[in-house]
Amino acid sequence: MIALFLRDLRLAIRAGGGFGLGLGFFLILAVLVPLGVGPEPQVLALIAPGILWVGALLACLLSLDRILALDWEDGSLDLLATAPIPLEGVVAAKAAAHWVTTGLPLTLAAPLLGVLLNLPAGAYGWLTLSLALGTPALSVIGTFGAALTVGLRRGGLLLSLLVLPLYVPTLIYGAELVKRGAADLSTATPLALLAGITLGAVALLPFASAAAIRINLR
Amino acid sequence: MMPDLGKYWLEVSASYGVSLAILGGLVLLILRRSRQVRLQLAEMEARRTRREAADG
Amino acid sequence: MSLWEYANPKKFMETSARIMPWAVGLASVTMVTGLVWGFFFTPDDFRQGSTVKIVFIHVPSAMMAINIWIMMLITSLIWLIRRHHVSALAAKAAAPIGLAMTVIALITGGLWGQPMWGTWWVWDPRLTSFLILCLFYIGYIALWQAIEDPDTAADLTAVLCLVGSVFALMSRYAVFFWSQGLHQGPSLSLQTGERMSHVFRYPLYLCMVAFGLFFLALLLIAVRTEIRARRIKALEARERMG
Repeated sequence: MIALFLRDLRLAIRAGGGFGLGLGFFLILAVLVPLGVGPEPQVLALIAPGILWVGALLACLLSLDRILALDWEDGSLDLLATAPIPLEGVVAAKAAAHWVTTGLPLTLAAPLLGVLLNLPAGAYGWLTLSLALGTPALSVIGTFGAALTVGLRRGGLLLSLLVLPLYVPTLIYGAELVKRGAADLSTATPLALLAGITLGAVALLPFASAAAIRINLR
Repeated sequence: MMPDLGKYWLEVSASYGVSLAILGGLVLLILRRSRQVRLQLAEMEARRTRREAADG
Repeated sequence: MSLWEYANPKKFMETSARIMPWAVGLASVTMVTGLVWGFFFTPDDFRQGSTVKIVFIHVPSAMMAINIWIMMLITSLIWLIRRHHVSALAAKAAAPIGLAMTVIALITGGLWGQPMWGTWWVWDPRLTSFLILCLFYIGYIALWQAIEDPDTAADLTAVLCLVGSVFALMSRYAVFFWSQGLHQGPSLSLQTGERMSHVFRYPLYLCMVAFGLFFLALLLIAVRTEIRARRIKALEARERMG
C-alpha cells in the first residue's frame, strides 16, 4: 500500500503531473477576488476565510480526476482491483497521495495568501488548523466522486457537480472555525464537527469508492 | 371572481403562475416521453412479429 | 400477496395500468379543489396579507421535495440489496419530479418571504437547505444521463444516493449552524408558535394530499415509460445479434 502511495506521489510530482496546478490556481484566485471585489481592507478581511476555503475546494477539484482516470485508461486499475491489497486500501492510498500533493501544499500556502487577503491576525493559526483538518476530507470525498465517474470520458465537469455539494459541510465548518477563532468566539463546535466529518469520511468513504470502482470495472 | 390580492398581488400571482407552469411543463415532458417510447416499442414489436411470421 | 410481487416488471405494468386512471383522477380532483380553495376561498392573514395563499403551494412542494428524496433512498437500497429493476427505475423516474418540487419550493419560498425580508431571496437556513438539495437532485439526474449501461448507471446512482443522503443530512445541520451568524428576525415559518387557523389548515392538508397523489400518478406513468424503454433496449440488442 505504501508502494502505491509513493508511486502516485511520484506520478503527481513529475512534469505534467499537476502538482503545482492546484497551488497556482489558489494563488490566482487570491489575486482575482480582490480585483473583483475591490481592495477595501475591511471587506477583504471579512471574506478572507471564506475565499481561502472556497479556493482550497476548487483547487482540490482540479486534480481529482487524475487520481483514477490514468490508471483506468491504461488498465492498471483492473490490476489493482485484483491485487492482494483490498481495493479499499488502494483507494485510501490514492486519496492520501492526492492529499499530500494538493491539500497539504494548500494548507501550507494558505497563510501566505491570507496576507494578500488581509486575513485578521488572530486567524492564521485557525486557518492552518481548519485546512489541515478539512483537506483530507476533500481528498477522500473527491476520490469517491472520481470513482463514480472513472468510466466516463469527459467526466470532469460531472465530477465537480457531484463532489461540490458533498463538500458543503466541510466548507461550512472549516470557514466557521476560522471566523470564530479569529473573533475569539467558541470554536469547540465547528472544530469537533469538522474533525468528525473528516474522520468519518476517511473511515467510511473508501468502501463506497471501492464499490463504485468495482461497479465500473464490471 | 378574482380575490383582491392587495399589495402582494405580484408575489402571489407569480408563485401560483410559476408553480403551475413548472408542474404543467413536468407533466407535458413526462407524457411526451411516454408517448414517444410507447410508439417506438409498438413499432419494434410489430417489426419483430413480422419477421417471425416471415421466418416461420 | 407480498409487496415484492410488484417488483416484477410485467406484474408492475399490469397493476399500474389498473391503478392509473384512479391515481390520475384523484390527483386531478384533489389538486384542482385544493388550489382553488386555497387561492379563492381563504381570507388574508393579518400579518402576511394575501401572501399566506402561497403556503398552499410552498408547504406541499417542500414536503414532496424531501419525501421524494427519501423514497429514492429507499428504492436505491432495495435495488442494491434485492436487484429489483423496477426499484431502480422508480428512483430514476422520481428524481425529475423531486427536482421540480424543490425548485417550486425555492421560488415560492423566496416570494413568500418577500414581504418579510424585502428581497426575493434570503439565505434563510431552510431555503438554503433546499438549494443544496436541488444540487443533489441535479447531480443524481446528471449521473443517470451520463452512463451508458443501464445496470451500471443504476448501481452508481444508487451509491451516490446513499452517500449523498448522508451528506445532505449533514448539510442541513451545517446550514443551520452557519446561519446563526445572521442577526435577522423570523425565519420562513408560518406562525411563530400559534397553531394555524383551521381556515388555512384544511385546504393545506388537501393540497398536501393532492401533491402526493400528483407525484404518485406521474411516477406511475414515468416508471412505465422506463420499463418500456428498457424493453426497447433489450429488443435492440436482440436485433443486433441477428
